[in-house]
Amino acid sequence: MAETFLFNALRQAIDEEMGRDQTVMVLGEDVGVYGGSYKVTKDLHGKYGELRVLDTPIAENSFTGMAIGAAMTGLRPIVEGMNMGFLLLAFNQISNNAGMLRYTSGGNFKIPLVIRGPGGVGRQLGAEHSQRLEAYFQAVPGLKIVACSTPYNAKGLLKSAIRDDNPVLFFEHVLLYNLKEDLPNEEYLVPLDRAEVVRPGQDVTIITYSRMRHHVMAAVKPLERKGFDPEVIDLIALKPIDYDTLGQSIRKTHRVIIVEECMKTGGIAAEIIASINDRFFDELDAPVLRLSSQDIPTPYNGRLESLTIVQPQQIEEAVEKMMQLQV
Amino acid sequence: MVQERTLPTFQSPPAQISAEEGLMIYEDMILGRYFEDKCAEMYYRGKMFGFVHLYNGQEAVSSGVIKALRDDDYVGSTYRDHVHALSAGVPARSVMAELFGKETGCSKGRGGSMHMFSAEHNLLGGYAFIGEGIPVALGAAFQSRYRRETMGDDAADQVTASFFGDGTTNNGQFFECLNMAALWKLPMLFVVENNKWAIGMAHERATSQPEIYRKASVFGLPGIEVDGMDVLAVRAVAQEAIARARAGEGPTLIECLTYRFRGHSLADPDELRSADEKAKWQSRDPIQRFEAYLIEQNLADDEVLKAIRQKIEGVVEDALSFAQDSPEPDPSELYRYIFAED
Repeated sequence: MAETFLFNALRQAIDEEMGRDQTVMVLGEDVGVYGGSYKVTKDLHGKYGELRVLDTPIAENSFTGMAIGAAMTGLRPIVEGMNMGFLLLAFNQISNNAGMLRYTSGGNFKIPLVIRGPGGVGRQLGAEHSQRLEAYFQAVPGLKIVACSTPYNAKGLLKSAIRDDNPVLFFEHVLLYNLKEDLPNEEYLVPLDRAEVVRPGQDVTIITYSRMRHHVMAAVKPLERKGFDPEVIDLIALKPIDYDTLGQSIRKTHRVIIVEECMKTGGIAAEIIASINDRFFDELDAPVLRLSSQDIPTPYNGRLESLTIVQPQQIEEAVEKMMQLQV
Repeated sequence: MVQERTLPTFQSPPAQISAEEGLMIYEDMILGRYFEDKCAEMYYRGKMFGFVHLYNGQEAVSSGVIKALRDDDYVGSTYRDHVHALSAGVPARSVMAELFGKETGCSKGRGGSMHMFSAEHNLLGGYAFIGEGIPVALGAAFQSRYRRETMGDDAADQVTASFFGDGTTNNGQFFECLNMAALWKLPMLFVVENNKWAIGMAHERATSQPEIYRKASVFGLPGIEVDGMDVLAVRAVAQEAIARARAGEGPTLIECLTYRFRGHSLADPDELRSADEKAKWQSRDPIQRFEAYLIEQNLADDEVLKAIRQKIEGVVEDALSFAQDSPEPDPSELYRYIFAED
């Protein structure tokens, strides 16, 4: 076991997969000589050379399309979005080309591609650098979308994403790169389609992902002291969603709260609530509640910014309120 | 009013061809023309649907470039992709069946007119949005260089030809990819089919520099202007660009001055192009011109050319019968091909 920062866990994943498979390569802005804005590709340029760790001009739509063309012809590219918000510039390539092309081509081509980088609301980065594009991209057919949340799952998920034959959008969170955890010395993979039960419990299912997992766990401590026993599930897989794991939990607790960092309108929770109603309506003892970010561009001002995203206190109150509902 | 660009006098010598090559090129051009005429007929008879963009008039570009490539080279196309697919070797049956939405189509009936794909023929596909096919083609070209240099695969000397129209050359992806292709010396041909019109937008009204080939110079790659109605002129330019690309000397921008003999798509009323302009370009029909050349050079006689035309009529009729008789996709496979495992 070795204590490892999350950014370094990602770096290890890329390094190991590049060592294992010559077709794996990285491209993006400042991934090479500079080592990546969050040092996820530090020293890999020196180790693997400039074609395998390719510094690109600032041309998100074209270098994303280029990675798709390289994937169609047999490479396994990893695109780093220096900030995932920049991928709005590559929306067409991610949707029309990465997501839909395999289907449109009648299965002629597969696109083993990873697009990864930091998303989420950071610390006073302003609206454009504080996006949660997972909500925007969730409707695109053919994409897999995952969000890592710990050094352990970051490494195992990224290795799985690189080996997957489909385009995977891999969301990291800008405020989680310095999380530390002991990682196994031996190789491991984490599946892309499984939610993680972070804390088993009986009273209420709290579904969350990415950084909000840590806000939820911060709320769980006072809730435990008050005698509540929530079950916490980290979705990990945002597309497709692991409804098996969610269903098992809902059949046990009959109550659901979803905590997300994306905006409420058209968010991840909106989709999950609709699907829970389709699949598990008879199991519910209370309407599903969602705690989401406000439907506004993330403000720069620190106080306004903290009001924009969900805070642990709100999660605590929501659980108490839901548990007061009598069936 | 904008000044219309005058056609330059082309000095480039035509490609030297054998009789065999001449007939191969002629057959490809005839196939392109007859295939598209049949598409128009089927569309107007209500047998074919969607947006259908025909290639009539531009055959010298597809045949001139693609027939100068090797079978294992890559071709990237646009929404006007039927004839590129045919030149790249996709059987007429597969292309016609795709237009009929059949399971036997090259994209299994999921793609349609604007989305012809064939991995088997290294056809990277038809891309319906302006410019989006160029980065994908750039990726295929990058892949060749990557395989050769980092994986030690000496056989990875494939060249990628990316086709697009004059309208695309005002789009950022065009410039971004010119930059990256030149920067990394990728084995790629940027082939502009300048047919003067982006639906109803005259090229001269859309761009500050109508001479597209000149746009290459600022990125440090060769830009060449060629008569896109002369298949041997196109072939000569393509051969030189392909040789450079294969030798690792980088990309070339080729501007082919050409014309489409039909509207933008079969849904386009085509009201803006003047009768004079159309007549002028019709008189430069690349197929008639090549026929005259073949006969003048004693590479073929009327009988031989007539036999080819009859053969291709048969190929197109066969493709049509095949498409009509082919099964529709199975509704139980509606969800197939979303993911690689499907």
